[in-house]
Amino acid sequence: MSHPAVRPTSVSKPSADAAIGLPTVEVKGFHRRFGDVVVLQDLDLRIEQGEFVALLGRSGSGKTTLLRTLAGLDSAEGQSVRTPSARAVVFQEPRLLPWKSVWRNVTLGLAGGDPRARAEAALGEVGLDHRANVWPRTLSGGEAQRVALARALVREPRLLLLDEPFASLDALTRIRMHDLVLSLWRRHAPAVLIVTHDVDEAITLADRVLVLDGGRIAAEERIDLPRPREVGAGFQAIRRRLLGALGVEHAAPGEPRAAAPPPLVPFPVREVQA
Amino acid sequence: MTLVDAIRFPGTYSGVRWSRFGRRWVSPLLLLALWELGGRTGVIPARVLAAPSAVAATFWGMVASGELPSNLGVSFLRVAAGLAIGVAIGTALALTAGLSRLGEDAIDPPVQMLRTLPVLALSPLFIVWFGIDETPKIALIALAVTFPIYLNLFSGIRSVDPKLIEAARSFGVRGFDLIRQVILPGALPSFLLGLRFALAVAVLVLVVAEQINAQAGLGYLINNARDFLRTDIIVVCLVIYALLGLGADGLVRAIERRALAWRPSFLKA
Ligand SMILES: Nc1ncnc2c1ncn2[C@@H]1O[C@H](COP(=O)(O)OP(=O)(O)OP(=O)(O)O)[C@@H](O)[C@H]1O
Ligand SMILES: [Mg+2]
Repeated sequence: MSHPAVRPTSVSKPSADAAIGLPTVEVKGFHRRFGDVVVLQDLDLRIEQGEFVALLGRSGSGKTTLLRTLAGLDSAEGQSVRTPSARAVVFQEPRLLPWKSVWRNVTLGLAGGDPRARAEAALGEVGLDHRANVWPRTLSGGEAQRVALARALVREPRLLLLDEPFASLDALTRIRMHDLVLSLWRRHAPAVLIVTHDVDEAITLADRVLVLDGGRIAAEERIDLPRPREVGAGFQAIRRRLLGALGVEHAAPGEPRAAAPPPLVPFPVREVQA
Repeated sequence: MTLVDAIRFPGTYSGVRWSRFGRRWVSPLLLLALWELGGRTGVIPARVLAAPSAVAATFWGMVASGELPSNLGVSFLRVAAGLAIGVAIGTALALTAGLSRLGEDAIDPPVQMLRTLPVLALSPLFIVWFGIDETPKIALIALAVTFPIYLNLFSGIRSVDPKLIEAARSFGVRGFDLIRQVILPGALPSFLLGLRFALAVAVLVLVVAEQINAQAGLGYLINNARDFLRTDIIVVCLVIYALLGLGADGLVRAIERRALAWRPSFLKA
């Protein structure tokens, strides 16, 4: 029952679903509300095996809500949501347990096998095998996020869910992370759903870019550009269309990205007592 | 480079630090010298405050006769027993209240009410209940210790980052494993903070509790000394109390250095 260690040679593993060509994720007519606020409504989503999908949407459009549902963090009882059980999440923050060494964080919750060896193999893939024994607090932001990637990958997920994983990284580190994620994706061939605010990031990475608006997938772009993708005419045309779908009509390339999202819970406004 | 050079030029920074360190000893030593001088010249009579040399002599005498070690042992056992009981109860209550809503609703309100009582004000009641031997003394210390442990551990459990808990859950860590691997380590810094408060309050309560008709212990020594105007013995006991407090603090620091090695403040060291 022990998994093979994460190694460069292992390509997409054959599975029952693969044999009959079922999609990895299938969501039909999904709806989600918080109190009176309807966030997602009549949403359909299909992600094929090994497909790399990016999800765009303005702040508060429900991207995280959708990702949490796919991750099984929020229940979708009674609704038509099909996901593989082998799935793993990389959050916006690394969320490493500071009191566990890096390699123990990677193998968190894993049972059996040789956890140390599996952790080292996964850390090797993100270029951090030499940091296996250190405390997470000594890592830089980019390193910590790579550990979070290793922690997700060591589980050999069929569905990898990424919620704005690079939002807090500097531009250079972010480019490196893009290359890393793409090479890991090629090697392990999971289906990927990445939530991002960055249109260029979405176009650089994904096979397909979705725009979430009004509670459902409002626009979709298939990206057939060869990888690695350079900003050329085709790239810019896609970017223009996506920005249009996002309601940003006249943004020129290199325009600053949208500001930080507002906090989810509004600060309670109270009368100041004299 | 000779040894003398190494001592004389140990780098500007540590050189400055050493000289400051030295300077800070000057005024306490001066005060001690003045105190001694006052004692020798009779300006400070021994029945008001014994001179440092007399205190030191008394200390050695008490050590040699075994009077000090045996009474210190009695006091130490009282603190240790009170601490052990109080820490155990406080921890059990905090775990029950921290890990379940039902436990919180059952335990938190009475504890919050009780903690507003000054523990020492309960000593008459404890004497009525437990008599005048060891039991009321240990019970007072245990009670005083329970609150800081409970309050800090409870709030520590409740303030573990929910994002970490959620992440661990998403990776299949659940139930008892979640408590052991995520919640308890996350609450440990708060627990140790509570332990530090607990040790301080334990020594404080010990001092007062030992005034209850004690037949042995540091408080007994002080009570006796008071009756015979032996300020030298009183000062010896005060110094011992201070050392107990210092030792307790050092103990928690040592535990923290080991158990919280992952914290940034310790990472730099
Ligand atoms: N637990 C919750 N309780 C109440 N409302 C919530 C909750 N979670 C999300 N919401 C609301 O649902 C809406 C969608 O939130 P969500 O976090 O999915 O947005 P998002 O697209 O991820 O935004 P961002 O880009 O800013 O991260 C928001 O209006 C938010 O206030
Ligand atoms: Mg979000």
